[in-house]
Amino acid sequence: MSWIKDLISPKARQWEEFYRNRWQHDKTVRSTHGVNCTGGCSWNIHVKDGIVVWESQALDYPLLEDSLPNYEPRGCQRGISFSWYLYSPVRVKYPMIRGALIDIYRAEKEKTRDAMLAWENIQQNPELRKRYQKARGKGGFRRIEWNEALEIVAAANIYTAKKHGPDRVVGFSPIPAMSMMSFAAGSRFLQLFGGVNLSFYDWYCDLPNSFPEIWGEQTDVGESADWYNAKFVAVMGANLGMTRTPDVHFFAESRHNGTKTVVFSPDFSMVAKYADQWIPVHAGQDGAFWMAVTHIILKEAHHEQQVPYFINYTKKYTDAPFLVELEKEGDKYTPGRLVRANRIKKYKNIENGDWKFLNIDEKTNEFICPRGSSGHRWQEKKGNWNLQSNDGETGQEYSPLLSLIDKHDEVLQIEFTRFEQKQTMKRGVPVRFLETEDGKLAYTTVYDLMMAQYGIDRGLSGEFPTGYDDASAVYTPAWQEIYTGISTGTVIRFAREWYNTASVTNGKCMVIIGAGINHWYHSNLIYRSATMALILTGCIGVNGGGMNHYVGQEKLAPQDSWGTIMSGKDWKIPPRFQQTPIWHYIHSDQWRYDGNQADYNTVPENAFSTQHSADLIAKSVRNGWMPFYPQYNKNPLDLGKKAQEAGMAEGSKMQDFIVNQLKTGELKYAVNQPDNEENFPRVWYIWRGNALMSSAKGHEYFLKHYLGTHHNNIADEVAKEFVKEIEWKENAPEGKMDLVVDLNFRMDTSALYSDIVLPAASWYEKADLNSTDMHSFIHPLSAAIPPVWESKPDWEIFREIARVTSELAKVHLPGVQLDLVNTPINHDSKGEIAQTEIKDWFTGECEPQPGKTMHNIVPVERDYTKLYDRFISLGDGVRNGVGAHGVSFQCEDFYDKLLNGEKKVNTIDGQVYPSIREDVEAIDAVLLLSSLTNGKLSERAYKTAEKNTGIDLSRLRPQNNDALLTYKDLQSQPRRLLNSPLWSGLVENGRAYSAFSYNIEYLVPWRTLTGRQHFYLDHQGYIAFGEHLPTYKPSPRPEVYGDLRKSVNDGAAKLLNVLTPHGKWHIHSTYGDTLRMLTLSRGMEPCWLSEKDAASMGIKDNDWVEVLNDNGVYCTRACVSSRIPAGICIVYHSPERTYSVPKSPSRNNRRAGGHNSLTRVHLKPNLLVGGYGQFTFHMNYWGPVGVNRDTFVLVKKMEQVQF
Amino acid sequence: MKNIRSQISMVFHLDKCIGCHTCSIACKNTWTDRKGAEYMWWNNVETKPGTGYPRKWEDQEIYKGGWEKKHSSIDLKGVGKIKGMKKLFHNTHMPTMDDYYEPWNYQYEKLFDAPEGDDQPTAEPVSMITGEKITPKSGPNWDDDLGGSAEYARKDFNIRDLSPAEQETMFQLERMVMFYVPRICNHCLNAACVAACPSGAIYKRGEDGIVLVNQERCRAWRMCVTACPYKKVYYNWHTGKSEKCILCYPRLETGQAPACMHSCVGRIRYLGVLLYDADRLQEVASCDESELIDKQLSLYLDPNDPEVIAAAKKSGIHDSTIQAAQKSPVWKYVKEWGLALPLHPEFRTLPNLFYVMPLLPAMAEMNEDNKYHSAGKSLWDDMENPRLPLKYLASLFSAGNVEVIAEILKKLMAVRLHRRSVTVGDLQNDEIEQLLQNSDLSPEIADDIYRLTSLAHLNDRFVIPPAHREEAIEMLNETHVHKGTTGFGFTKKPKRGL
Repeated sequence: MSWIKDLISPKARQWEEFYRNRWQHDKTVRSTHGVNCTGGCSWNIHVKDGIVVWESQALDYPLLEDSLPNYEPRGCQRGISFSWYLYSPVRVKYPMIRGALIDIYRAEKEKTRDAMLAWENIQQNPELRKRYQKARGKGGFRRIEWNEALEIVAAANIYTAKKHGPDRVVGFSPIPAMSMMSFAAGSRFLQLFGGVNLSFYDWYCDLPNSFPEIWGEQTDVGESADWYNAKFVAVMGANLGMTRTPDVHFFAESRHNGTKTVVFSPDFSMVAKYADQWIPVHAGQDGAFWMAVTHIILKEAHHEQQVPYFINYTKKYTDAPFLVELEKEGDKYTPGRLVRANRIKKYKNIENGDWKFLNIDEKTNEFICPRGSSGHRWQEKKGNWNLQSNDGETGQEYSPLLSLIDKHDEVLQIEFTRFEQKQTMKRGVPVRFLETEDGKLAYTTVYDLMMAQYGIDRGLSGEFPTGYDDASAVYTPAWQEIYTGISTGTVIRFAREWYNTASVTNGKCMVIIGAGINHWYHSNLIYRSATMALILTGCIGVNGGGMNHYVGQEKLAPQDSWGTIMSGKDWKIPPRFQQTPIWHYIHSDQWRYDGNQADYNTVPENAFSTQHSADLIAKSVRNGWMPFYPQYNKNPLDLGKKAQEAGMAEGSKMQDFIVNQLKTGELKYAVNQPDNEENFPRVWYIWRGNALMSSAKGHEYFLKHYLGTHHNNIADEVAKEFVKEIEWKENAPEGKMDLVVDLNFRMDTSALYSDIVLPAASWYEKADLNSTDMHSFIHPLSAAIPPVWESKPDWEIFREIARVTSELAKVHLPGVQLDLVNTPINHDSKGEIAQTEIKDWFTGECEPQPGKTMHNIVPVERDYTKLYDRFISLGDGVRNGVGAHGVSFQCEDFYDKLLNGEKKVNTIDGQVYPSIREDVEAIDAVLLLSSLTNGKLSERAYKTAEKNTGIDLSRLRPQNNDALLTYKDLQSQPRRLLNSPLWSGLVENGRAYSAFSYNIEYLVPWRTLTGRQHFYLDHQGYIAFGEHLPTYKPSPRPEVYGDLRKSVNDGAAKLLNVLTPHGKWHIHSTYGDTLRMLTLSRGMEPCWLSEKDAASMGIKDNDWVEVLNDNGVYCTRACVSSRIPAGICIVYHSPERTYSVPKSPSRNNRRAGGHNSLTRVHLKPNLLVGGYGQFTFHMNYWGPVGVNRDTFVLVKKMEQVQF
Repeated sequence: MKNIRSQISMVFHLDKCIGCHTCSIACKNTWTDRKGAEYMWWNNVETKPGTGYPRKWEDQEIYKGGWEKKHSSIDLKGVGKIKGMKKLFHNTHMPTMDDYYEPWNYQYEKLFDAPEGDDQPTAEPVSMITGEKITPKSGPNWDDDLGGSAEYARKDFNIRDLSPAEQETMFQLERMVMFYVPRICNHCLNAACVAACPSGAIYKRGEDGIVLVNQERCRAWRMCVTACPYKKVYYNWHTGKSEKCILCYPRLETGQAPACMHSCVGRIRYLGVLLYDADRLQEVASCDESELIDKQLSLYLDPNDPEVIAAAKKSGIHDSTIQAAQKSPVWKYVKEWGLALPLHPEFRTLPNLFYVMPLLPAMAEMNEDNKYHSAGKSLWDDMENPRLPLKYLASLFSAGNVEVIAEILKKLMAVRLHRRSVTVGDLQNDEIEQLLQNSDLSPEIADDIYRLTSLAHLNDRFVIPPAHREEAIEMLNETHVHKGTTGFGFTKKPKRGL
């Protein structure tokens, strides 16, 4: 082998310096990516020659238990591409404004010599307003100075507050956890101003409504290391390799440790490749599969085998033993509400008797009022809010009776509904009777209802299935075949493997679930159907078990201290937090295009369930279920002034003042007249997000109604004949927004369509904090280099906006203003026991009582001239304590620590406050005041929890209560968070976080009606909508959904369900526009088509196609693949219209849009209810979600391509 | 055994590969993000089935890469020093730009600069070669995740020996399959690129076996591009030099894993030293195809064998390197456990990158009612009915030897079943014991395999021998003098030609 010689000669190898020189760099700095991917990855940023040259993963996460693989490396193909942005041609380097606007503004400024008057002139001149609105998105940007940009922004703020009210100034920034201080910057400004924060988690459809439904929890999930503890993993609607890139190794490593893995997905996806079994369930039909799985589990593991672990778990931790009233109507019985404790003599006069419930003791057959209900949580006497097996009133020990099957008075035929066929059926249920003051009451247990609902034949008469192969009976394995395409044998095998594993391992079966499921119209039902299988086999609250929903970086760990700073609560003001899905549905006028939801939502026939969604929103707002801003058709500052003038400014007088005006019609809710000029939202801040594109469901409606510019929407307005409460105006307004301001480091679609773009520092140029649900660490963003060109960190930008706004207020809005703030009835407050029934005060069904039968009205004093001072100072509201999730604690001593010592302070009106002027000061305040990062506060928080529950939680307090993290500590290494009762998982001694292990192991109740996990949802609205029991509802059909009334199929197109799951080359739209990702993704976001569908349209791989419906159009190239099933196409979320998007031949050759051009918001109205246990509002916790998965489109070949 | 050398080698665990391409970008950001290198992907990731990058690189009927057996010896299949000299100016079998792709960029500046118009500006793609507007038609991973399967996956080189029915099966939705193969330079023992270079610019480093193209000596003949059957040498059109994966030697020399391995979030990559007997190279490279796998594996010597250690020391191998070889994860996967195989050994370059076979989802089928059925009955379906035809894997990794593939898959499955038995205990213990025995595994070894696969820390995955730079520098200059001078001096770019 003479030709291969090893070369040692050092001289001949001197050239090797060439590559060594490239590798040498000057420093590395730890940061991460503030992007909504849930990753939370620690990165080293390499700086050479004064610029960032590349990034590499930091590999120094602290280790967990020895038995677990560790967290390294974390980071993916997208994150490692970030450095491209810093100096790229899409980088926003300077403040930019559209030429049309700046010309008008300068001319008016010239005339008036005053920014605010100039702005007023523009807004009061329809021609001028139209001129710059029409120019939105059409180029013509100009660079301006920071001073001028800030001046215009401040003028718009003050003009709007004065003319219309501060609740017309809104801001949208998503998912705080990814860069929480940058989020807090804008929200703190807005809340101090009296503006409105738009929610995001629900709008993105990332909020799984089933979590609040079942657990009263927004979302809580296991960290990814806990996947390794599972022994059976079912994955659905989540493409782990694609979207959980830094975590998926735990999944693979778990398999090699003997874990069975099954993937449900219509297409052969990246994660299907990993699985032991791939089940190609029809898109959106996973719910049917799981209903059948639960049918088998209930029949075999519960009824026949009565697996002790499952039965004991079900008794102890679920509402299964609770008693339900059977309502008689004529000769038919239907499941009704939970039997309230005060219905029986024994508990007639107990406190909160409407909010306490009943069990039966299986030994004595006596009624028991179990501890832990919401009535116990909110009663005067603390210490009975727990899951101990004692009566909450008498203390008597007991063991709950699960079923009346062995001891009942009668077997009644109860009516159940199967929605897929819109039929009812009668099934025998064991029942007992009880004499009450209102007469004889028939009742059974939730467990018995479940057995009947799922069709488990326990020898009671009625319409039960004849066996697993009875396809005519709902929820059998054979029945599910019709919907899923999966054989009976497959589902039986799955269910048996599932419960056998759970039985041997005490609950180590896990579901990993994602947006692929959560974005369906009936996502809450699909989630519930899978959760039933988990709960009934004891897999919740167990390491290696759990319903692990990873959609949106929802876990902002130091919620307690951060929430205070973010919302301005330190200045003792109630926030204006808006539920965004209803806000956009109403304000962007998408409601006008929505038919009646009952036409596509399968519901029982009754007055409540068949209303138009917009009408139900109006009801939910006045009943205090949901917030809505602007509040009224009048400026709340003017109302405040009038109330003062009338001597009605104090407490209940002020409330009467408002209620009376509402009753007489003198004052109207803005939500009832959304298209009246005085009710428009006016100024919109967008930061850290892409509100006009990837976050714009109904993007084309945004362009039309918010921006007043070009759009490709051809849909008909159809709501007129349905709406009764909402005022119909013949002509829908176009261009509601006066000013759209975007803080951005890149020219994305939102920036392109905004009026002003402010250059934001990127994630390698600023200080911030990052936490996630995927792991249990907190780590920093740091400035590897100072902000480039003229960019500034978000904290500084909003501080500057506050400063200039305060300056302008000195001239135009001086003095103290009285603002009247409407707030809905809130979760984790006594409002959870506000409304036992649905009653409308407005129609006289009950008395208007703010905070009880209607929303609250709170007076707030605002001094706009001191807005800046307050922004940069931590208010002394902190002395009263901070908290979250119903746990709060004192931290006065730590507030004082900030005031004393080395720290900087500010003085306002002679009083001294800690300074949070600088971002790092604010970060250190968050770390000092949180129970997650300050051991002493963790201890304090547990003591509060002990008081509330009466349970000894001392073992959970941090062993080293001196633990106290600072920003500097985090820069040197990510740190593990402390145990805190704010969260439901436990992390002591390197244990992996698993949600609800706190509840299971320490008998701490869930924040639900009964304190248990809920199978049964007895809210009247849920019964009206037929969702009180877990059920299956068919997906809305495209012909009634209303997206394709006008788009014509000329024969060449094909009707397909467009799926928009998360993609491989972007996180939402971020990274998707980088050259690196575009090189690896065919140069754009393609439309994936099956070979069969493509052939039928004459489309070949890489041909240009139009994807369209009435809402709009997206033009791209086809990616034809054998891994896609016929009938669906995939456009991965989410393309931008800023690159590679040609003009659409089907829409007059106008520039086509993105995937959100195809969407329009549809809401599920039963999610609007409130003021009742876990069905109580909290921002991003509760409310309808912005579903989008049921969208159908026409796909056709594009013969001509024109840019 | 007198000529023992050390080779830094790699194992990629395909069962764990996500196909995320983070490795590719880590490499690209550091090494090939510059003019002339746009299309270079020293590390790339291919979806299989597929045609890879450059397109159809595996098909040596097209590219004439690697070696071919000539009687008892071997010869370069395409250009070589002798063949090459004759057609120095007519190197015919190089991939063209179409086989790679025409790099493109976007007119991003339009988003800022476009004057106000009647429609929205957008950034159109433009060629980085011509500056003209283009519609991209190919890319470094055009068939990623089975994109364009008719054009790519169905034309995969490795399905050529499957029957039409077997081929069709792979593309029926319920039976389909895909997996990922990440590729870097194999730093071959019998590197065809080294052999083919007319300028002697390509060499194998003595201390670690890394194959490099000298950026001063390269004269742009591009014989290496043809000769490398893996198409892992790229020609830089700007500097006029060929470039290839350098295994991040500046990182290795400082004890850091190569960028692609450091960044591997699937944690699929392992790196370590193998000792081999250089005197046997010719014999092994020219053996019968049926023996190739066994023979290549027999080259690597047991680093714990006292005779090997003695011989290695005699051959000048540093003590610290021998110690690294003893801890090498590659030694374990490749030799101790026999779980990893080289890619296309039939190219006869004796590559040093080994792949652990992927376990793929159990087979399923549609019945006459058009309902999906899972085929098996036990918790794990038996390996007799795999989703991926073993012949396919054999074409990729064992020069057609199906048995060796089947043995590996059974072993991997036996480890999983054993771990199930340990952690859950719901399987028949005697059956598991039997399975382990059939795969020559003891429970202890099975646990070791599981541990290195699932629990390995960074330092277990990458066992990097000390580079002893002080000794290398000493050969030119006193190291303590060099200490004060390193980094001074003017760096110069490689220049076309001399």
